[in-house]
Amino acid sequence: MSRFILAFACFFKLLFTGKLPAAAAARLPEAKKPEARALPEPKKEPEPEKKKPVVEVKPVVKPSGDLAAHHRDGALALLALLQREGRLVDFLRESLDSYQDADIGVAVRDIHRGCKKVIEEHFVLEAVMPGEEDTRVKVPAGFDPGEVRLIGKISGEPPFTGTLRHHGWRVTEVKLPTLTEGVDRRVLAPAEVEIASA
Amino acid sequence: MSKSTHVVGIDLGTTNSAIAAVDVAGGEKAAIEHVPIPQVVAPGEVDPRPTLPSFLLLPTALEVPPEAMMLPWSGGAQPGYVVGEMARERGSELPDRLVSSAKSWLSFGGVDRTAGILPWRGAEGDDEEADDTGARVSPVEASARYLAHLRATWDQAHPDAPLGEQEVLLTVPASFDAVARELTVTAARQAGLEKLTLLEEPQAAFYSFLARAGDSWRKQLRPGDVVVVIDVGGGTCDFSLIAVSEQEGNLALERVAVGDHILLGGDNMDLTLAHAVTQKLAADGQKLKSSQYRGLVHACRRAKETLLSEKPPKSATITVLGGGSKIIGGTLKSKIDREEVEKLLVDGFAPAVAADSAPRVQRALGLRELGLPYATDPAVTRHLAAFLARHGRRPTAILFNGGVMKGGLLRRRIAEVVSSWYGGEEVRVLEGTDLDLAVAHGAAYYGLVRHGRGIRIRGGTARAYYIGVESAMPAIPGFAPPVKALCVAPFGMEEGTRVEVPGQELGLLVGEPTEFRFFASSSRKKDRPGQVVDPEEEELQELAPVLADLPAGDRPEAAGQLVPVTLAAHVTEIGTLELWSSASDGRGRWKLEYSLREGGGEQ
Repeated sequence: MSRFILAFACFFKLLFTGKLPAAAAARLPEAKKPEARALPEPKKEPEPEKKKPVVEVKPVVKPSGDLAAHHRDGALALLALLQREGRLVDFLRESLDSYQDADIGVAVRDIHRGCKKVIEEHFVLEAVMPGEEDTRVKVPAGFDPGEVRLIGKISGEPPFTGTLRHHGWRVTEVKLPTLTEGVDRRVLAPAEVEIASA
Repeated sequence: MSKSTHVVGIDLGTTNSAIAAVDVAGGEKAAIEHVPIPQVVAPGEVDPRPTLPSFLLLPTALEVPPEAMMLPWSGGAQPGYVVGEMARERGSELPDRLVSSAKSWLSFGGVDRTAGILPWRGAEGDDEEADDTGARVSPVEASARYLAHLRATWDQAHPDAPLGEQEVLLTVPASFDAVARELTVTAARQAGLEKLTLLEEPQAAFYSFLARAGDSWRKQLRPGDVVVVIDVGGGTCDFSLIAVSEQEGNLALERVAVGDHILLGGDNMDLTLAHAVTQKLAADGQKLKSSQYRGLVHACRRAKETLLSEKPPKSATITVLGGGSKIIGGTLKSKIDREEVEKLLVDGFAPAVAADSAPRVQRALGLRELGLPYATDPAVTRHLAAFLARHGRRPTAILFNGGVMKGGLLRRRIAEVVSSWYGGEEVRVLEGTDLDLAVAHGAAYYGLVRHGRGIRIRGGTARAYYIGVESAMPAIPGFAPPVKALCVAPFGMEEGTRVEVPGQELGLLVGEPTEFRFFASSSRKKDRPGQVVDPEEEELQELAPVLADLPAGDRPEAAGQLVPVTLAAHVTEIGTLELWSSASDGRGRWKLEYSLREGGGEQ
């Protein structure tokens, strides 16, 4: 469970801030090139300016307003999806201090099911290094350090042999919903007012 | 360049619609594929789903902003309504704006089905007419909108092969009468589907079974088998009997009996559980807010699916998260045991009953709110017993269809009850169909079969049809003039074809109500149109008569008189026999329509 939450935390931190959580980032070797392993483009309506970001790799250049809004809307839509299906925002914004673990557990099962559905329907995930964790694995010569993180004292040249601590996750397919224009995505969940019938 | 390259099966369901298609230009090996349907799932969010929930939401701009219902391909147009998942979900909060079960309304003769009556507001609707500004549509229009959505999503995905030019097989319940079939065709035409053939749902489910079984169907079925198709969907329940025979190596199917369209289904089960859980919660001192009710019904549906599965756990937990933003504090928790579900659902909806039991009819009050005639007895097995007793054919196998039948316990119970009616002898259950998508899949397969692919199934009418002609002879008191049967459609006449009936002129009575008698024979395979036989002596079965009042029209002087005519017969693709009488002098043409599927096999 804790690993799931860690993976989850990494995923969102990365998605919304572009950075990994501090603890995870500390153990991360310097990424070579952020654009190198770009995710597949989410399915979107064709847009003439779409090509732009691919050409402009200099990080100092701010993306155009449209593009920023586009990225922002994508992130907000995913957050709205997790809220709608799994009530994730409600959950994270609620203080757990006054509840017993059992009460939290009951709610978490439901939240877990809803969020899991979102992840499974919109992302195809696979292990970077399939194999049983805590067993011996071989890291071949020519491996990509972006995919396999070596931990401990490393000497000599690959191949290396070590113990698989985490098989890693890789997204192989992203199936995000199509967003239509004219809807304010900042409203993750509308306020609900029940009108009593007269 | 556009062309007809696909055969497309569309299941226009009461609660869910689905599409399956096969690329006939793609060679012999082309497989039938299920087509996902992009739809608005939340404000401004369009995502594909396996099915299109058959719900239409007609909100005001204050209830749902128009831009929230836009479709990416509509070019910025705001239709002001939405169909599919968002319609269903948001509509549960706006019941007065939600059109549901349009298909059941389409087959309900108690209302004008082409008038804007949906969302149905019953008697109270009229009182509020003054401040009621909501839009209303007819059952036909609602169906047309679902189909138009399916067409738009298809056209998006297949710009070179628009749906309007593809061969479409649209399914209808076998219980649909000629009017409901016609209205379905009207809706399809309105949605721009031109090359259309209607197919009955149980037959489509059967074809799906055959497609999956392939040549091994002979292992599960034998000529002489009678299969009862038990189709329980979200809101409806249909039974039919299909007889299987083999003729010269070709499989021949004949639908021999159809039950009524019973308004009873899986949603009733979810509500039953929700009701039971609400009471439990109340007993525990937990209070359910109205905003949590939908969550409760969803949770009950999940619990139902878990506890009715083949290997159910002992119990399932029902959790309903808090309705407000404080979800943990507001979370309600309850539990349903397997025994409870068995008692409530299996015993409630499929009780072990005797073969001669009939559905209980609740004593009706003299005055009743007009609306869909929901079944008053929830026992599927009682409805089934009455259906089988009425038709007197013993089923040798069962084919289940509909999402509810995913519950293994329910399937087993129904199979046990049916076999108990026939001395405990096992009634085989035909396996291997996808219960949710079988109808669309089978419809596409049927289209392939018509292209000469797949298993060989004999086509054409399963009978020869005759019309009764009164003999001209001097009146004899106490004796009705004898009736001769004139063959109008031969055995095996292909759907969509037309024949002239040769022979002498006949006199057609116009301008006053009169009865036309029809006969059929499944054994007289050699009779040609124009042949005259004696209905008393030959193996003819009389079918239900048709009452008609043919207008005198162009020849008012002929009212109540016999007009000399010649006949032509047309077996339509929607399963009706049209009999055209043309006046010999060219002044007038009259059509008599006979539903082959309805009257054709009841005897």
